[in-house]
Amino acid sequence: MTPRIDRLRQQSFDAEPSISIERALLETRFYRDNYGRHSLPVLRALVFRDLCEKKALYLGRDELIVGERGPRPKCVPTFPELTCHTADDLHVLSTRPMTRYHVSQEDIAAYESDVIPYWTGRSMRDRVFSQVPEEWRAAYEAGLFTEFMEQRAPGHTALDGTIYSAGMLDFKARIAGRMNRLDYLNDPLAADRAEQLRAMDIACDAAIVFAERHADLAWEQAKSETDPLRRAELVRIADVCRHVPANAPRDFWEALQMYWFVHLGIITELNGWDAMTPGHLDQHLAPFYAKGLAEGTLTREEAKELLSCLWIKVNNHPAPPKVGVTAKESGTYNDFTNINLGGVQRDGSDGSSELSYLILEVVDELKLLQPQTSVHISQKTPDRFLKAAAKVIRNGYGYPSIFNTDAVIMEQIRVGKSVEDAREGGCSGCIETGAFGKEAYILTGYLNVPKVLELALNDGRDQLTGRQIGPRTGDARAFATFEDLYAAFARQLDWVVDLKVRVNNYIERMYAAHSPAPFLSVVIHDCIEKGQDYYNGGPRYNTNYIQCCGIGTVTDSLSAIKTHVYDARTVSMDQLLAALADNFANQESLRLRLWNKTPFFGNDDDRADDIMRRVYDSLFQTIDGRPNTKGTTYHLNMLSTTCHVYFGKMLGASANGRLAGQPESDGTSPSHGADRNGPTAVVKSLAKMDQIKSGGTLLNQRFLPGVLKTDQDLDKLALLVRAYFRLGGHHIQFNVVDTDTLRKAQARPEEYRNLLVRVAGYSDYFVDLDLDHQEEIIRRTGQDMG
Amino acid sequence: MASSTSMTGTLFAIKRYALHDGPDLRISVFFKGCPLSCLWCHNPEGMRSGPEAHTSPEKCVACGACLLACPHNALRAAGQTLIRDPSACPACGACAEVCPSLAHEVVGRTWTVGAVLDEIEKDAPFFEGTCGGVTFSGGEPLDQPEFLEALLVECGRRGWHRALDTSGFAPWETLDRIRRHVDLFLFDLKHMDARKHRACTGVDNALILGNLRILADLGSPLQLRLPLIPGLNDDEANLRSTGLFAASLPGVRSIDVLPYHSAARGKYKKLGLAYPADRIPPANAEMVSRAATILQNCGLSVRIGG
Repeated sequence: MTPRIDRLRQQSFDAEPSISIERALLETRFYRDNYGRHSLPVLRALVFRDLCEKKALYLGRDELIVGERGPRPKCVPTFPELTCHTADDLHVLSTRPMTRYHVSQEDIAAYESDVIPYWTGRSMRDRVFSQVPEEWRAAYEAGLFTEFMEQRAPGHTALDGTIYSAGMLDFKARIAGRMNRLDYLNDPLAADRAEQLRAMDIACDAAIVFAERHADLAWEQAKSETDPLRRAELVRIADVCRHVPANAPRDFWEALQMYWFVHLGIITELNGWDAMTPGHLDQHLAPFYAKGLAEGTLTREEAKELLSCLWIKVNNHPAPPKVGVTAKESGTYNDFTNINLGGVQRDGSDGSSELSYLILEVVDELKLLQPQTSVHISQKTPDRFLKAAAKVIRNGYGYPSIFNTDAVIMEQIRVGKSVEDAREGGCSGCIETGAFGKEAYILTGYLNVPKVLELALNDGRDQLTGRQIGPRTGDARAFATFEDLYAAFARQLDWVVDLKVRVNNYIERMYAAHSPAPFLSVVIHDCIEKGQDYYNGGPRYNTNYIQCCGIGTVTDSLSAIKTHVYDARTVSMDQLLAALADNFANQESLRLRLWNKTPFFGNDDDRADDIMRRVYDSLFQTIDGRPNTKGTTYHLNMLSTTCHVYFGKMLGASANGRLAGQPESDGTSPSHGADRNGPTAVVKSLAKMDQIKSGGTLLNQRFLPGVLKTDQDLDKLALLVRAYFRLGGHHIQFNVVDTDTLRKAQARPEEYRNLLVRVAGYSDYFVDLDLDHQEEIIRRTGQDMG
Repeated sequence: MASSTSMTGTLFAIKRYALHDGPDLRISVFFKGCPLSCLWCHNPEGMRSGPEAHTSPEKCVACGACLLACPHNALRAAGQTLIRDPSACPACGACAEVCPSLAHEVVGRTWTVGAVLDEIEKDAPFFEGTCGGVTFSGGEPLDQPEFLEALLVECGRRGWHRALDTSGFAPWETLDRIRRHVDLFLFDLKHMDARKHRACTGVDNALILGNLRILADLGSPLQLRLPLIPGLNDDEANLRSTGLFAASLPGVRSIDVLPYHSAARGKYKKLGLAYPADRIPPANAEMVSRAATILQNCGLSVRIGG
């Protein structure tokens, strides 16, 4: 790490997240003065241009890649047109113990006087919530699902390589060409398209202005700079900012700055989910890297420093502040920029290059919260790359995560994308599959699948509040067979997905009409060609995902009911429901029986895995193929982010022996502590899920550092990954855990049953060891970690 | 005559994702029963043949289910804890079957060859295109030779790599029968001195060393392993003679050193056994590196762990 990077990194690390109200003030003023004078797309583009012209700039000492969304690092604007925070919200954000954002009292006062009065009743959130049916509201409040669009714009924006061969001036030419071809005689939407294209054109200008202002600022700083080296850098920065994003980048530095301006533009225009990601950054930059090295204008170390600058820039941008349920489902500063490495190229050849290894070095050295990095492994990917990634994983940050390129491509081909577009696609956010640069793949919200079972067990009532939420599917005590119960579950599921889709489709129209994103539309194919916005079907592909949570919990619960209530008949439904309602009070022996004597998901046991398959199939049948409002369809996704914790809080005790309020299983991982046969069994269970029919699954595996000590251990990790992918897995990630976790494991062993530790010449489960030896391992691990 | 897949034997565990018992990813099949009684044995549950039942009182929730379920009246409550009468308990497993909290456990049960193969089959996708496979360990697999042979033959038929983790203490005729079905021997060298070997393990080493010599002469693939036990076999003289003997074997170029640790202490406690290695300290880094140097000087490459 160079001294410059060390300083920038430390600065980024130390900066306190805070809120800037500048954007809200500028935007509110602009809306007050101009709302009604322009079409909505043009209005939005003009707002964006106004921000680009007026917002305070930041150009920090040491910086090579420039531009901040706020006035300084980690200072985040608000988006009152979507969600207008109340003074109370701002106060909460500023004082809550977790994911706090500092807001000054003066800013809160200014917000109250200038921002809140205008947006109250006008913000997207206010308008949506005033329209949703009571049935939806009750289900939402019961924690049956979440709604992604109530505080942030629909998102999942990842780029392909377009911006490395075309600048804003090129896009303007394409827009003009499309304008000329508008057919006002025969195309009833020609006028709408014209407005959209005009808006895109304005957005291109805005991005150029923003860069020019940075060039001016760099030039100003250069004039008064006394250090000749820094002066030269500032002159170079000015030169770079005059060239990009107006034109296509000419070298490595410009390519990084090009991306960063586009990234900033998109997260300034709106606060779409998962910020923005460059997609296959190593592939995009590889030609610039090779050219620079060949011409002698770039060294490996310079490239590494510039990459580090970009990494720090991403880390400077915490997620927009969230409140309420959305804060619970995604309670992190991480804004989920997920940089893909490796994979395959558009022509199907291996996508990894020397630059991929260099980026892994950057990731390993910087150890930043953001951006996330993932490695994409196809059958063509060399083992050397997988092992280089495993070495970083061993250091215990939980990244890079590992994706199966071949599965990701198949998932996309299944839903009708071209092979080339699918190859250029990948995974963004956490694990969500999409065609980078060509698709709006919108997450709509998480679905609490174990809660759906809870409704089926309680005739549609919420076990926690007693409130009637879902349809009345019958008293579970009268269900004669497991099939009767499953039928009730399927009916509840059908009902909730209906409800969710109905409201999402409404929200989708609201965004298309009121919140178009002309700048984002410029860089996503085929918005220009169609003359349609990103939110209105402009992209080549348009997907809506519903993310299903708790497959482990619901499988295990159904398995427990089947095993004990219907097969062995050793527990009556009446007895079970009473115990669940009482949160197993004085029923510890029953709870343990359910927990210890039931086939659970994650053990390569068909008795449980067949139930998982059945639930997964029900989810697929219920969700996949439902129409959205853009002429395309909904698909299934199996992501939970942190929502399994929130959903768990909203769920009573469950039949797998889980107590009320405890987290549900995460992603597609087995329930915490349910898998006891090691990672190969977990992987086999997961592989029984037809993952190709999803838009992504997520498997967490927890390892102790000692298990990954030698290079041979890394080889074995690679073998496990390759085998999982051969079996059709989408994603796997490894947590290499520390002493703190081991202490927790000692305190609550049943939750940590799957924690594998290297004992000496063999590995064993930590909780299966006696206390003395656990202590010994803890001591040893402490030494290992130095 | 019963077919080979219906033949039975006694195992105490099958562990998937075994990382340290041979090349690549493996599944380890642990045989119950061993003719040796090494002081440092880290799998004491594999020493005795036949099933054993035991109880972890700290897990007991005092539900009483086991007392009702035991057909042999071998259990009785004593305050908050349970007492098992070993003379009355045939380890039938009825208590473990009903216990909600997994306080009772039966170690060792009868398996058919077919059932073991089904279990191995589950991990077979992880062997594909690698050197991974199955490792037979114990206890001493050679103590159940017919069962072992049937398993080796069936695994070979399925194309799985077969490793045998053994003390080598068996009649040569037994080894001679099974050796052609073994792809890799993990062979322990515990002590070169016959008297000390007997003191540490309960048996003489002449048969073991003789078997090893013949296997090597016949070209069987061998991976030698030396459990390094402070104070018992880590003296220079023994290490030198171990190293020289190993280096003299055709085809042997390396040895794995497995440093002693006290990880098994808890297992002894659970089994109600005294821990015979109570006074042996764990092998420290200095001992290990000293041992490695001596062995290297004999012309061997040395791997720690394995």
